[in-house]
Amino acid sequence: MVDAVFLALSVLTIGSAIVALEIRSLIYGSIALMLTLSGIAGFFLLLDAPFVAMFQLSVYVGSIAVLILFTVMLVRRELIFNKIEDKRRRYAGIGLMLALMLGLGMVIIGSGMKSMETNSPSVDYKKIGADFLTYYSPALIVMALILAASVVGALTLARREDITNDQRTD
Amino acid sequence: MTNGLIDFVLVSVALLAIGIYGLAVKRNAIRMLFGVEMIINSANLNLVAFARFIPNSQGQTLALFSIAIAAAEVAVGLALIIVAYRMYKNIDIEDFRSLKG
Repeated sequence: MVDAVFLALSVLTIGSAIVALEIRSLIYGSIALMLTLSGIAGFFLLLDAPFVAMFQLSVYVGSIAVLILFTVMLVRRELIFNKIEDKRRRYAGIGLMLALMLGLGMVIIGSGMKSMETNSPSVDYKKIGADFLTYYSPALIVMALILAASVVGALTLARREDITNDQRTD
Repeated sequence: MTNGLIDFVLVSVALLAIGIYGLAVKRNAIRMLFGVEMIINSANLNLVAFARFIPNSQGQTLALFSIAIAAAEVAVGLALIIVAYRMYKNIDIEDFRSLKG
């Protein structure tokens, strides 16, 4: 059976995920998305993975959410509160969501996963660090290159070419 | 541990379904990015949950890689949205139908 902390975390995560998609203002939506990501970090803590939880907090809540907030502030004011959507497509989407939840949920509940519990001690996070620096070190280097390339790509995409330096007034 | 593996997997399925709903219904580009974030997070939750119950350390390693790649994806996605907003003065994806040069 689940305990109270788990129930509270799942209500927080699922509820704020729905709020993030449905609330009218995009700014409150991104704050609700931040709550969802923090809820996932709480689940990581419940799963005895404090290292991944802190990584999730610092990367998602710390940087990605702030990035999304800045982008939301860049767009025009009436677009933030504007909500246009097809009624028919909305009902079809809700049906798709319920069908996915029920179908996948039935498959998972019917599988042998139900009896799976563990009493073994959790993985030491020193093991993760050792893995990163030995077996996974080529992958770590490739990931660093990908991150650098994506940041440079984002900067190049977002640069304005119609303004030169001497045109700036500020 | 009182929580079984199936509880975490069910939460992850619910988050995945909500993310797919957001991708399918919303027309605002930033809201679609929210849906993508939720799908990625449900995948990460699955990785860490299975790694705890096997038990194995490689699931957590893979989750860390996945979080870093997702950060790169969001940076590029937001830059694309800003470029499209500058071209069309809108973030409604119905207006992006004629994306060219």
